[in-house]
Parts: sequence; structure tokens; C-alpha cells
Amino acid sequence: MNRSTLSAAALICLLLGGWEGAVRIWKIPIFILPPPSRILETAVISAPVILPHAAVTGAEICLGILLAMATAVPLAIAMFAKPVLEKALSPFLVASQAIPVFALAPLLVIWLGYGIASKVFMAWIIIFFPITVSLLQGLKSCDPEYRTLFTLMGSPFFKTLGLLYWPWALPQFFAGLRVGVSVATIGAVIGEWVGAQQGLGFLMIQSNARLQTPLVFAAILWLTAMGLILWTLVGMLEKKIITWKS
Amino acid sequence: MLQVTDLAKYYDGQPVFSGFDLHLPAGRFQVLLGPSGCGKTTLFNTLTGVTPKDAGDIVWQGETMSHLGNLCAYMHQKDLLLPWFSLMDNALLPARTRGLDMAAARERTTQLFFRLGLAGFESHRPHQVSGGMRQRCALVRTLMFDRDLTLLDEPLSALDAITRQRLQHLLLLLQTEFSKTILMITHDVDEALLLADDIFLLSPLPMAVTRCFSLALPKPRAFDDPLLLHTKAEILGHLEKGGVS
Ligand SMILES: Nc1ncnc2c1ncn2[C@@H]1O[C@H](COP(=O)(O)OP(=O)(O)OP(=O)(O)O)[C@@H](O)[C@H]1O
Ligand SMILES: [Mg+2]
Repeated sequence: MNRSTLSAAALICLLLGGWEGAVRIWKIPIFILPPPSRILETAVISAPVILPHAAVTGAEICLGILLAMATAVPLAIAMFAKPVLEKALSPFLVASQAIPVFALAPLLVIWLGYGIASKVFMAWIIIFFPITVSLLQGLKSCDPEYRTLFTLMGSPFFKTLGLLYWPWALPQFFAGLRVGVSVATIGAVIGEWVGAQQGLGFLMIQSNARLQTPLVFAAILWLTAMGLILWTLVGMLEKKIITWKS
Repeated sequence: MLQVTDLAKYYDGQPVFSGFDLHLPAGRFQVLLGPSGCGKTTLFNTLTGVTPKDAGDIVWQGETMSHLGNLCAYMHQKDLLLPWFSLMDNALLPARTRGLDMAAARERTTQLFFRLGLAGFESHRPHQVSGGMRQRCALVRTLMFDRDLTLLDEPLSALDAITRQRLQHLLLLLQTEFSKTILMITHDVDEALLLADDIFLLSPLPMAVTRCFSLALPKPRAFDDPLLLHTKAEILGHLEKGGVS
């Protein structure tokens, strides 16, 4: 363990300890602010209640990520192959980021229903942009001298793509994917807040209404854990695939 | 045989070269020796069609063409090896991009690895071997282009002096053993003297040939050959005067 992780762990312990102490000293009611110990306890004890919801939210996030990759990768490649396409589309891509996506959530529920589709779509919109942009940038960052080499080898575009451009862009693709993964949970949960019958977001809204505050926090804890797991998985996948950066 | 007449290339209206002529007979080793930034790489890029030429004719084996494209093999100062492939896969790239028979190509690459002292390193990644070995791998890849005409753009200038000297002998194999026709760019007068049949001295921008030396010495050559030393003195004297004819 290095110094920075140690000091981060120390800081977290300090914060949690302060929180726990403050709640106990001032006798803050649990429905206003439960102590960390109580949150952890609820997260474990209520696991049978939380787990099905977590599974739904997890599925939404994963589907959103898969869908985003399935669309962002071809689009980035098409924009890379045809600069005209990039010129035509990039204003729309930027504009799409100016739309407050969360404001769209109620509409998405009207269009796509209370089921999983509207949440997957929400996650997709949010993840799609960072992946597209960073992958495109990665592809464009390819060293022109390598391009010359491939031109002189008479390599057709799709061969060059597989052998040169794609591996070249992989680090940036993963950077985009990591950003996407870390915001994906937000998208799914907001979708669930607006209208859903299951999912961690739904659980939070429901528990909130019943003043089951520890359960709200427990749901957040699970959500955070899911986000962290996804982040770590992406990191591991990156390490496994990109073996040449040393 | 390559015949270039009246070749011109302009950047922003300024000529990098114009009216440039070159005659490269089959099997010959010609070297362009010129100051940095005089337009040597641009000449190569124009010949290969990486950038379009603005005027002139390129005739290769009796056929007029707009550029040589992938009719020539190409080696760069940087090894340009792909870090995600092994040395073997890097050397196999020209065969792969052309969709050639991979089994045959692999066999040939293995032979060339052996010939150039890379045997046993086939599955190493570029970052696991020395700069000299990387450049040797790039040389194998150049041979795997399987083209008669070979363009070398300062192929050894990124290496240290000792490694460079070793690799100069290997470059010579291109001509003596693999019968390539070679056009090479270099900054290094000794390298030119050691390898070249013809040495062209180039002026700064706009680039033009100011002198031509032909060396009818057998190869491999010795550094202390009197004719070689005499030519060297002449070249250095010429460069000292500012390289103008
Ligand atoms: N794409 C470009 N646009 C405009 N000018 C360029 C471009 N490429 C090269 N030049 C200019 O053309 C001139 C010749 O460049 P070039 O790379 O051919 O030189 P060189 O002789 O290969 O130099 P070196 O020995 O340093 O490799 C330089 O002055 C350079 O600034
Ligand atoms: Mg150059």
C-alpha cells in the first residue's frame, strides 16, 4: 500500500468517525441522519430486499454501457474514416451535451414506459458521448509516420484500422469508457426516480417517503459499490488488453 | 529502374524543390546527402505519393506513373514498430496487409531473423529489445515488402555510433545479397561513403543536387581506403564552402 492510499484511508476513517460521533453526541434522530454503523448494518441485513433492486439497476447500467459501446464505436470509426461526417455530426454531438439529459427523464418514461427501457436509454445517452469523443480523438492521434508506413504497405483502410488505428486508440477508448461507467449509475437512478417499479432509485424514493432513511443510505452504498466494481472491472480489462504500455 | 524528371513540390507557394531530376539504375545504391530541413523527406513523400507532386514525371521500369505508391519498400529513421505486436508479427505486417500466404511469409521471416541476428527474439515485444534490434527488425520488415526499390530515410540516424556501424553492414546486404535498388537519405558522410555507388550532395531549400560523386569501389569497403578518403575530403570541402556548386 502506498502513501496516498494510506492517507486516503485515514481521511475516510476520520470522516466516518466524526459522523458517527456527531450523530451520537447530539442524538440526531435516525430518520434525519443515521450513523455509518447503522447504514452498514442496514445494507447487510436488508440485503434480501436491496439485492433484487440492485440487480435491476445493474442490468440497466450494463445494458446502457453495451448499447453505448455498440453505437459509439461504429460512429467514431465512421467519423474518423469520413471527415465530412465528423464535420457534419460534431455540432450535433456537442449540442446533445448541452441538453440537460435529466430533464428528458420524464419524457423518456412517457415514450419508453416505466420498465427498464427508459433507464437503459438514459444511461446510454450519458455514456455514449464520452466514449465517442475519446475514441475519435484516440483514432485521430495516430502518428502520421505510422500512417505513411501503412500507406506504403498498400494496406486497405479496414486492415489499417484493425492493425494500427484501433490498438493505437485503445487507451483513449478505455479512458472514455471509465468516464462513461462512472456516470452511468447516475443516469439509471435518475430514470428510476422519475418512474419505475423496481431498481435502487425506486427503492430510495420509496424509503425516503416512509422516512426509512437508513435504507436510503444503504441503497446509495450499494450503488456506490456497484459503480466502484464497474470502474475496477474496466481497469482490469484495460490492463489485460493493453499489455504493451510499460 | 527509376527515372524522375522535373519533379516539383510546393508548400504554401514556396518550392521545396522544383525541376528535380533523378536517375536510379536497377541494382544501384544511391545516397542523398543534405542538410536538415532541405526537403529530403518531402522528396520521398512525393515519390511515394504520400503527398501529391505539383509537377514532373516519375517513370518506373518504363511506365509513367503519378507516384510509386506501394511499389517500393520504405524504412524510416524511427523503427515504427507496433508496440502491441511481437517482432515477428511486426516483420510480417507487409505480408499481412497485402493478404499474402502467411505460412510462406512466416518461413521467410524466420530465415531473415536468423540472417540478421534476431533469431530467438521472434516473440519479444519491441520495448523488450534494444534500439539496434528494433531497427534490425524494421530492416526485416523492409525486406518483407518484397519490392525491388527500397527507400531508406535516415534509417540509422537514431542509433548510437557503435550500433550504427554494425547495422551499416547489414544495410549493405540489401544490395549485395538481396539485390535491391536503393535510394537512401543520410546526414552521415561516412555512412554514405561506405554504402553508396553514387552520392548526391543537396543544397538547402529549395533543394537541388549541387554535386554528384560516384564511387567505383568494391564493397564492403574499408574506412581507410585512399580513394574513399579522397572523396571524403572533397565532400567535406564542398560542404564547408556552403554546399553551393
Ligand atoms: N506538411 C508541410 N507543410 C508545410 N511545410 C512543410 C510540410 N512538411 C515539410 N515542410 C517543410 O518542408 C521543408 C522540408 O522538410 P523535410 O521534412 O522534407 O526535410 P528533411 O530534409 O527531411 O529534413 P530532416 O533532415 O530534418 O529530416 C521544411 O522546411 C519543412 O518545414
Ligand atoms: Mg527527413
